Amino acid sequence: MVLSCKNVRKTFGEHVILDDLSLDVDEHEVVALIGASGSGKSTLLRCVNLLEQVDDGTIHLDGDEITDPRADPDRVRQKIGLVFQSYNLFPHMTVLDNITLAPVRVHKKSPAEAKAQAMQWLERVGLAAKAGAYPDRLSGGQQQRVAIVRALVNQPRLLLLDEVTSALDPELVGEVLTMIRDLKGDGTTMVLATHEMGFARQVADRVAFLDGGRVLEQGPPSQVLGDPVEARTRQFLARIIEAGRL
Amino acid sequence: MTYAPSERRLDRIAYRRRQAIRSVLLAALSTAAVGTLLTVAVTGAPGWERVKTSFFDFPTARKYLPQILDGLWLNLRLLVVCATLAMALGLLVAVLRTLRGPVAFPVRAIATGYTYSFRGLPLIIVIYLFAFGIPGLRLQGIPSVLVLGAAAIIITYGAYLAEVFRAGIESVHPSQIAAARSLGLGYRQTMRHVVLPQAVRRVAPPLLNDTVALQKDVGLISLAGPIDAIRAAQIGVAQDANFTPYVVAGVLFMLLALPLIAVTDWVTLRAARRQNAGS
Ligand SMILES: Nc1ncnc2c1ncn2[C@@H]1O[C@H](COP(=O)(O)OP(=O)(O)O)[C@@H](O)[C@H]1O
Ligand SMILES: [Mg+2]
Repeated sequence: MVLSCKNVRKTFGEHVILDDLSLDVDEHEVVALIGASGSGKSTLLRCVNLLEQVDDGTIHLDGDEITDPRADPDRVRQKIGLVFQSYNLFPHMTVLDNITLAPVRVHKKSPAEAKAQAMQWLERVGLAAKAGAYPDRLSGGQQQRVAIVRALVNQPRLLLLDEVTSALDPELVGEVLTMIRDLKGDGTTMVLATHEMGFARQVADRVAFLDGGRVLEQGPPSQVLGDPVEARTRQFLARIIEAGRL
Repeated sequence: MTYAPSERRLDRIAYRRRQAIRSVLLAALSTAAVGTLLTVAVTGAPGWERVKTSFFDFPTARKYLPQILDGLWLNLRLLVVCATLAMALGLLVAVLRTLRGPVAFPVRAIATGYTYSFRGLPLIIVIYLFAFGIPGLRLQGIPSVLVLGAAAIIITYGAYLAEVFRAGIESVHPSQIAAARSLGLGYRQTMRHVVLPQAVRRVAPPLLNDTVALQKDVGLISLAGPIDAIRAAQIGVAQDANFTPYVVAGVLFMLLALPLIAVTDWVTLRAARRQNAGS
């Protein structure tokens, strides 16, 4: 098992966001997190990446407890890639420098090696021509693909994707989803929070529905999205269909 | 089909050209009028002859120019040293103020106390305290008055620049830090490679503005004794009972500042343009 969250609780002041949440992710598995806006999908991903501290419960990565206060957060994060809804590329660096920053500074690769590896990735996703460009010269879809490459070059054990298509114009969503589909083909272990139910159905091995701070229902996409057991899941999906997102 | 400009378009172009010529002529005319008026007002004033001999006396200017230039060379060197060190100090203090955690508390407290007190203290008083107070201690190895005066300037300006840098650091969005940390970069690496480069770029205009102000304020070192341009002018004024050396020093200071001011304007303009481009 790559990731194992057990009885995780997270509060912001009075607000209980995650409450006794448990979720396991196996090697090469792709898990889609769905749930209403504000249900805690981002919070869960940020807890896994130690950008937030859990109040209770444990999170294990490859069998090691990362919620142990003695664990070094920087070491843990080196094994986990996180891609944000708003890309968060570094605006003062070129695409290439964005990608090679962590390999050179954190993983101590030689600049030449890091560059070669980055260029390989950029070629693969069709962005080699943009290597020397600054992020503000790229479309949203291109920026997001660079952000995914930036996380991937560190060869993380686990890739977390937080609504990576939500900020994109509809016609740019496809290129990012295609890339994620390719990553699944590579066997990348992923947890992705998403509003794209159609996409979750296609790439996810498992869909987990977050509600009331816990995983209310999980299972194969066809079951959770097609024939949910829980009334809350049905309500959520009905609202999504109404909004024309399924 | 090839495009041929329509009558309408040619009309518009011709009209705009006529308007442009008219504006240039009007601007020239009004500048000439204002210039003439000012000249008449100043040179026609009853005391003009006296002011002219005691402030704009050419032989006096020529007599003291070499000494004042010598002094200005000191100002220039002081400016370079003080600006560099004050920036380094300001950056260091700004970064120290961002440290979190109990271990860093004393460091944070000292940094905060420093920026609060030295922004409130008039530079003149700091110079006096340093240049006359510290030698009064009669300790071994106390540096010269020049070095002490420069230290006063560096420490005072460091406090201002620290605040400028801090504003820049705080203007970097937390999501940038989250992105850097999520890649495994530590706090220091995040500061060095992600936060500070963006912060410094953003505050370059106010930073340069403070450097222009510093350029003038290094002249205050004359109060402690070293012979800079202002002190040289002062000596000239006392010897000849004529104020012209001050005017000479003033003009030289202005000329010295011009390139810096031009660079500041250029950087500010470029920053504004980049903002408007919506990066
Ligand atoms: N740093 C924070 N401080 C206080 N409340 C927060 C913070 N981050 C998230 N929240 C709250 O936690 C709840 C869950 O947010 P989030 O995890 O972003 O949900 P989702 O990603 O599923 O839309 C929201 O109500 C949000 O307002
Ligand atoms: Mg979210």
